[in-house]
Amino acid sequence: MTTPFSTLLLRTLNKGVLPYLLILVHIALGSALVYTAPRSNLAFLVLISSLFTLYVLKADNRFKLIAGAILALLIIPVIGVRNIFYLEVIFQISVFAALALGLNIVVGFAGLLDLGYVAFYAVGAYLWAFFGSQQYFVLPFAPGTQPSDLPFLLPGDAFYLFLFIAIIVAALTGILLGLPVLRLRGDYLAIVTLGFGEVIRVLANNLDKPLNFTNGPQGITPIQRPTMPDWAVQGFNDLFGPLIGHTVSPADMYNLYFYLLALLVIIVIIFVTRRLDDSKIGRAWTAVREDETAAIAMGVPLVRMKLAAFAVGASFAGVMGVLLAASRTFISPESFSFMQSIGVLSMVILGGSGSIAGVILGAAVVTILNLQVLQGFSLYLSELRQSEAIIPIINFAWRDLSTQLDPAKYQRLLFGLILILMMIFRPAGLIPAKRRKRKLADDQPAAE
Amino acid sequence: MALLETINLVKSFGGLTAVNRVNFQLEAGRIVSIIGPNGAGKTTLFNTLTGIYQPDQGQINFNGSSLVGLRPDQIAARGMARTFQNIRLFGEMTVIENILVGMHAHLKQSPLQALLRLPAFRREERESEHKAVELMHYVGLSGVGNELAKNLPYGAQRRLEIARALAADPLLLLLDEPAAGMNPQETEEVTHLFRHIRDHKGITILLIEHDMRVVMNISEQICVMDYGEKIAEGTPAEIRANTRVIEAYLGRGAVAGQHEEQR
Repeated sequence: MTTPFSTLLLRTLNKGVLPYLLILVHIALGSALVYTAPRSNLAFLVLISSLFTLYVLKADNRFKLIAGAILALLIIPVIGVRNIFYLEVIFQISVFAALALGLNIVVGFAGLLDLGYVAFYAVGAYLWAFFGSQQYFVLPFAPGTQPSDLPFLLPGDAFYLFLFIAIIVAALTGILLGLPVLRLRGDYLAIVTLGFGEVIRVLANNLDKPLNFTNGPQGITPIQRPTMPDWAVQGFNDLFGPLIGHTVSPADMYNLYFYLLALLVIIVIIFVTRRLDDSKIGRAWTAVREDETAAIAMGVPLVRMKLAAFAVGASFAGVMGVLLAASRTFISPESFSFMQSIGVLSMVILGGSGSIAGVILGAAVVTILNLQVLQGFSLYLSELRQSEAIIPIINFAWRDLSTQLDPAKYQRLLFGLILILMMIFRPAGLIPAKRRKRKLADDQPAAE
Repeated sequence: MALLETINLVKSFGGLTAVNRVNFQLEAGRIVSIIGPNGAGKTTLFNTLTGIYQPDQGQINFNGSSLVGLRPDQIAARGMARTFQNIRLFGEMTVIENILVGMHAHLKQSPLQALLRLPAFRREERESEHKAVELMHYVGLSGVGNELAKNLPYGAQRRLEIARALAADPLLLLLDEPAAGMNPQETEEVTHLFRHIRDHKGITILLIEHDMRVVMNISEQICVMDYGEKIAEGTPAEIRANTRVIEAYLGRGAVAGQHEEQR
């Protein structure tokens, strides 16, 4: 078997201090580029890809931790506040990374194909949307007819409490879904979960009567944000004001705040995932994925393990749902369509089913493609259309290019294509899952 | 009292009665073989014993309690472990992890302990890992703890399945054609291993096997099945001389038993 090119490349790069240098150079280059050209997509890609370099290259763990912390807590906030769009992209990456990590437990670890995963996200989002808005007092009114002076049910700070409540509620929903579908395998499970996802969305759409729980297709707004202490805004401006070049308004500050919250949630999720994976329950999940019959014959309680996978996966989505509702201050059933579930699933598959770093990379790649590359390309084409430019040899004026040709609309085509290519060339994903190598002191190859 | 006892056990699929009123007793500490032509219902009997199928009629008593209605994992937790005819390892997991899954029912750690990495958790993981390596060596595998199970050669996979079953600390070990596909030397080695498991670990062994060298060599008692029914039971010498058994095999044109002996 020939060694793949990437492995060879890594081997040459992982010598001596070279990886340290490369990481620093990449981060510095990325930050400098974004700092000087705050509107360039390319510069942003250079910066964000430094996270990948940081992961792939071999360096001391403490060094990686510090470099990652500087990147996440210093560089990204500064450049993010300078161009709020970047912060939005990164926030979305974080949200989807958390969702992908949750789905990864169900699909990647336990091998249960769930096509309605976004339902749990909706449960979390609607949970805070209901309790964190005026919706409780809107209950008797049809959508659009409520008086405008209704009070809020709970203070905004209850948000923090609801992050935890969402874990429990989403996990219970996961178990509720899990119970009836446990005997199903493969395709059948996929179909039922797909149905469940749609049921939740349709519920959200129609629960505006007889009592108005969800405000129907119009969605719930305004949803409260947690209060941010004044000293935080003041302190940030004092500290980073000169670097940023202008004072940051509390409204912009919220974007930063939610980014940091999302980051915190992701770190907790990664922590939980890694520790569960390397324990009895994680091994049982993988065993169930590999061979259900063998697993149950070895004493693995199939029902309980599958329910646990559903519950843990769902709880991650629930937390992110609360965070999304609070950060957007608006929630409608549209955000939880079937395509969202498919999107998260394609992140998991693209990145590497069962691999934590993989699914995060998958989330980043898909989100950036969606928000930046395709839209940037669309923008570029429309600029060309308005110009006098012609394509040389074939003498085609850009002006005559059909307006139907809009790359941003070909998102799904592109994803389909990517997934097909992945299945052919890299079926285990961008960063395939690896089993932990144990240090087995007493297992030396015997001299036979 | 017998370790395992079936009373009038029946399992049928549609019109086919795969296991038909089987009465069978297995004393603790013995090595017993089940033989019979293909399709005689041997594997179905195993699947019914281990709870993968629920019996249509009859009783299964194991170590003093009834197994009917229990799930396979509950039966496994009561001390019955098995291997499969067509190897069923967890291919994408390492050898050590495969064995650790076998210990599932014995590990006391809770998910909370796993999250907090409490000392009790660390100790249990360390001890079980140590035990897994021991088991690996016991079945004759060494230096492959971190290999993925699917990458092992065939014979080693069979051994790993036995190690995984032993990890559950069973009272009774069910082996479904453990020597299938092995060469004579490997067969010799596993036969020796089975005897060692019974003699030194005190585990009762019930095996299905087609290789008559293994069956006649190792068994203290043989149970013969044909068309779902138990047609004979006895010591190897008795079975060899039993006319019904010879008929069951010869009647199908398979002269394997005698052919083997002439060679």
